[in-house]
Amino acid sequence: MKVPTDLYYAENHEWVKVEGNTAVVGISDFAQDELGDVVFVELPESGDEFEQSEQIIVIESVKTVSDVYMPVSGKIIEVNENLLDNPELINEDPYNGGWLIKIDFDDKDELDELMGSEEYEDYLENE
Amino acid sequence: MIDFGGWEMPVHYTSIIKEHKAVRNTAGLFDVSHMGELKVSGKDALGNLQNILTNNIKDLSIGQAAYTLMCNFEGGIKDDFLVYRIEDQEYLLIVNAANIRKDFNWIKDNLSGEVTLKNLSAEYGLLALQGPNSEKIMKKLTEIDLSKIKYFRFVSDKVAETESIISRTGYTGESGFELYCDANDLVSLWDEIMKVGEDFDLKPAGLGARNTLRLEKKLCLYGNDIDETTNPLQAGLNFAVDFSKDNFIGKEKIMDVKKNGPDKKLIGFKLIDRGIPRHGYNIRKNGKKIGEVTSGSFSPSLNENIGLGYIDIEEVKLGNEINIIIRKRKVKAKIVQTPFL
Repeated sequence: MKVPTDLYYAENHEWVKVEGNTAVVGISDFAQDELGDVVFVELPESGDEFEQSEQIIVIESVKTVSDVYMPVSGKIIEVNENLLDNPELINEDPYNGGWLIKIDFDDKDELDELMGSEEYEDYLENE
Repeated sequence: MIDFGGWEMPVHYTSIIKEHKAVRNTAGLFDVSHMGELKVSGKDALGNLQNILTNNIKDLSIGQAAYTLMCNFEGGIKDDFLVYRIEDQEYLLIVNAANIRKDFNWIKDNLSGEVTLKNLSAEYGLLALQGPNSEKIMKKLTEIDLSKIKYFRFVSDKVAETESIISRTGYTGESGFELYCDANDLVSLWDEIMKVGEDFDLKPAGLGARNTLRLEKKLCLYGNDIDETTNPLQAGLNFAVDFSKDNFIGKEKIMDVKKNGPDKKLIGFKLIDRGIPRHGYNIRKNGKKIGEVTSGSFSPSLNENIGLGYIDIEEVKLGNEINIIIRKRKVKAKIVQTPFL
C-alpha cells in the first residue's frame, strides 16, 4: 500500500497535499483498495465553502457507497471533472490523476489535526 | 471478506468488474458452499413437495432440476430455489443460506405421512464454474460425456477424483456447472479446477460479481427483490407457479392476485442521468412516489447503471421515464426490457 511521505492524511483516509494556500485532496491507496472498482463520483461545485469534517463528496464503487469529508475548512476552487467520465482514475492513480478537489484554505492550524505519513501507516496497521 | 449468514465470504478476489467480465468472456469459479441443502425423502416425498412448492415437480425425472418458489399461506415468497430429483423418492432442495433454518422449520411443520426431512447443509460443499469456457475446463476434469447433461440436468460422477453431483445450472446467465461435493473435498476440488483452468483464463469470482451477473439477467435475489411480502405474480415469477395443481400452500391468495392483476410489478430500469441505484431508494414520477428500488448496480457488461424495483402497475410501461431518488437528488431513469443482457 503506497503512502507518499509528502502528504497529510485524515482518519477517514483522505490525503491532503499543501501547495501554498491550496490543499489538493484525494483518497489514499488504502481507501481505494477497500472500496474496489469506483464507478461514480458526486463532486461539489467550485465556489462552495465548507467547514473541516463536513461531508462533501460521495464515491460509489460497485459494492458500496462512501463519503469523503473536508480535511480542512475552505472554499472549493477546482474539482476533478475527469472523474465524471473516468471514475476508475481513483483506483488507478489515487495520488495524482485521481485527485478530487482543490481547496483554498487559510487556517494552517487545522493541518495539526491530520496525520503525517508515518503516523498514517501506524493507523492503517490498526484498521 | 464479509460475513454472510455466518459465512466468511470474499466479495471479490481481485476486482468485481474483472471477475464479472471473466465469467462473461472466459470462466469464473465461485465457492457458494453457504447455500443450504435440504433432503426430502420417502414414499410421500413427492406428495408433500407438491403441496409445499408452487411449481409442479410431478414429471421431474431422476437427474433433473426445477426452479420453484415456496410460499406462505398468504402467497408471499418464503424462498426461491432449485429442487433436484436425486432418486425415485429422494429430492434435494438447494435453499438460500439465510433461509436454511426458516425453510427447514416451515417444511417440517407442513409434512405429513411417510416422509423424512434432513438438513445436509454442513455436509455439502458447492462450487459454481460459470462462463463460456467452463465446458472445456470440465472436459479436462471428468470422463463423462458432458453433452449428455442438458440444461437443468445433473449426474453423479467424479470430477478430478472427487465424487460430485455435476449439474448444468447456475446463477449468472452463462453456460456452466454447479458441483456439489463432500465439504471435506471442497478445497482440493477448488485447487484442481483452478489449476486446469489456467489455460482457459479461469478466475476466482466472489459474491460481488455473482450479484452483478445475476442482476444483468434479472435473476431475483431473495431478501432484496423478493421476500415474504412479495406475491410471485408481482415479481413476474409466474413460470414457477403451476395453477393446474389441485392445491399448494398459497395457491388461493396467488389466484386472487391473478384474477385481479397485481397492484405493482418488478421492472428493470436504466439510469439516464449519472448515479448508482441501490436497494431501498425511492422511485418517483411527477413528484409522487410510485415504488422502490430492490437491486441496483453499475453493469460491467453494459457499462451503464441498471436496477430492479417494484412500481405501481399503472406506471409499468416500457420506455416510461421515472426518477430514482439518490441522496435527495432526482435522477432520471427509464423502464427497459429485461433481462438487461
